[in-house]
Amino acid sequence: MIEIANLHKKFGKLEVLNNINLTFNKGECIALIGPNGCGKTTLIKSILGMVIPTKGTIKVKEQMISDHYEYRRHIGYMPQIGRYPDNMSIGQIIDMIKNIRKSEHELDEELLQRFSLNKMSEKRMRTLSGGTTQKVSATLAFLFNPDILILDEPTAGLDPLASEILKEKIIAEKQKGKLILITSHLLSELDDLVSHVIFMQDGNTLFHKTTGDLKQSTGEENISKAIAHILKRNNNE
Amino acid sequence: MNRITKFIVLDILKNKIVLVYTLILSILSWSVFSLEDNATKGLLTLLNVILLTVPLVSVIFSTIYLYNSSEFIELLLSQPVKRARIWRSLFFGLSSSLLLSFLIGVGIPILVFAPSDVSMMMLLVGMFITTIFVAIAFLSSIVTRDKAKGIGISILLWLFFALLFDGIILFLLFQFSEYPIEKMMVGITALNPIDLARILILLHLDVSAMMGYTGAIFKDFFGTTVGEVVVFAILLLWIIVPFWTSLIKFKRKDL
Repeated sequence: MIEIANLHKKFGKLEVLNNINLTFNKGECIALIGPNGCGKTTLIKSILGMVIPTKGTIKVKEQMISDHYEYRRHIGYMPQIGRYPDNMSIGQIIDMIKNIRKSEHELDEELLQRFSLNKMSEKRMRTLSGGTTQKVSATLAFLFNPDILILDEPTAGLDPLASEILKEKIIAEKQKGKLILITSHLLSELDDLVSHVIFMQDGNTLFHKTTGDLKQSTGEENISKAIAHILKRNNNE
Repeated sequence: MNRITKFIVLDILKNKIVLVYTLILSILSWSVFSLEDNATKGLLTLLNVILLTVPLVSVIFSTIYLYNSSEFIELLLSQPVKRARIWRSLFFGLSSSLLLSFLIGVGIPILVFAPSDVSMMMLLVGMFITTIFVAIAFLSSIVTRDKAKGIGISILLWLFFALLFDGIILFLLFQFSEYPIEKMMVGITALNPIDLARILILLHLDVSAMMGYTGAIFKDFFGTTVGEVVVFAILLLWIIVPFWTSLIKFKRKDL
C-alpha cells in the first residue's frame, strides 16, 4: 500500500532522512521506533505530504504522492502534538473536517462516544488539556474509516483508561485488514499490537523485521528485550 | 464561495479587530465630510487618511492572522485538501473581509456626501490598495517562520511604501534636478502602489496644476485612457506578483 524509495530529506545542512527504502502492505501493523530525532516524525510527515522530500519517491496505493492530495482520503493521521485553532470548539472542528472530507463511507464514531467527547462538544480547543486534545486527534484519525492509519505517539499523554480504549480500537482496525503505522517509545505497549518492527537511527533504517523473526533471532520473548539485545550486539561489534 | 473560505470569513468577522477597523474608517470618513463644506477638499483629505491607514491595517492584520492560522493550516494539510487551495482560501477570506470593512466604512459616506466619478475611482483604488497589502502580508509571512520577524517585515514594508519612498523620490529630484528626469519619475512611481494610487486620484481632482512641470508630465501619461489602463494593470500586478510568489513558496514549505 505504501512504497518508499530512496527517500532523502535535508533541513538545511542537517540530513534527517538518508536513503529510506520501505514497503508497507495491507493488514500490517508496523512499529516505527528509534531514539529521539532519528527522523520518525519526518518520515511520517513525508508520507502525508506535509514535508516535501529532497529526493526520492513515495507511492500510496500505487500512486505517486508528489503534487497530489486525493490520496490523503485514505489516511487517518494522529499527530504527536495536535495543534488546533484555539477559538473553535470540539464540535466545530469535527464538523469542519466532515465538511471538507465529504466522505461517503459511514462514519466511525466509536471513539467519539467512548471518549465521551460528544458530551463536551461545546468546549473550545484552547481550554482542553493535553490528553483531551489527544483524544480529539485520535477520534479524527479513525472517524472516516481510512484504509491507512498513521499514529504518531498515540498513547503519550492519555490516561490509562483512554489508552486502553485506543489500543482496543487499534487492534480491532488491524483485524479489519487496515495498514497501521505507529511510532512509540513505550515498547512494552506495542507487544500485543504490532506485526512488524522498524528501527531507525540517524535517518537510516537499521532493520525492518516481523516481530516473529525478531524474537526468534534474538531468543527474547518481548520486543523491548529483543531490541535491547540487538542494540547491545551492534555496540559490541 | 468554497467551504474553507467560508470558515475563514466567519472566523475573521467574529474577530473584533475588523469591526473596530470598520468603525474607525467610518468615523474618519463621516467626520472629514462633516468638517469640510467642499466635497473635493473632503475627498482630498480622505484620500490621505485612506492611503495611510488602509495599507497599515491590511498588511498587519493579515500578517498576524496568517501566523495565528498555522494550526488551522496544519490541520487541513493532513486532510485531502490541495495546498494551493488552502492558501488561496486564506487570501480570498482575508481580502474579502477587509474589502467589506472598507466598503462599509468608506464607501457609504462617500456615496452619501460626494457621489461622483472621482469618488467611485477612489473606492476602486482603495479596494486595490487593500488587496495589494493583503498580498504583501502573504509574502512577508511566508519568508520567515518567526512571527515577530514577519510582523517586523510587514511594518517596514508599510513604512517604506507609505513614507520612505516619497523621501527617496524627493531626494532624487533634488540631486538630479539639472537633468530631465521627469519622464523617469513616471516609471519610478510604478514601484510604489500607494504613490500610483495617489497620483491617479490627484489627477482626477484637477489639482495637478499645483504639481508643476512634473504634474504636467504625469497628466500627459496618467490622464489618458491608455495611461489609466496601464496604472490599473500595474496595480493588478502588485496583487498577483506577491501572492503568486508566496503561493509557490507555500507549496514547497515543510510543516
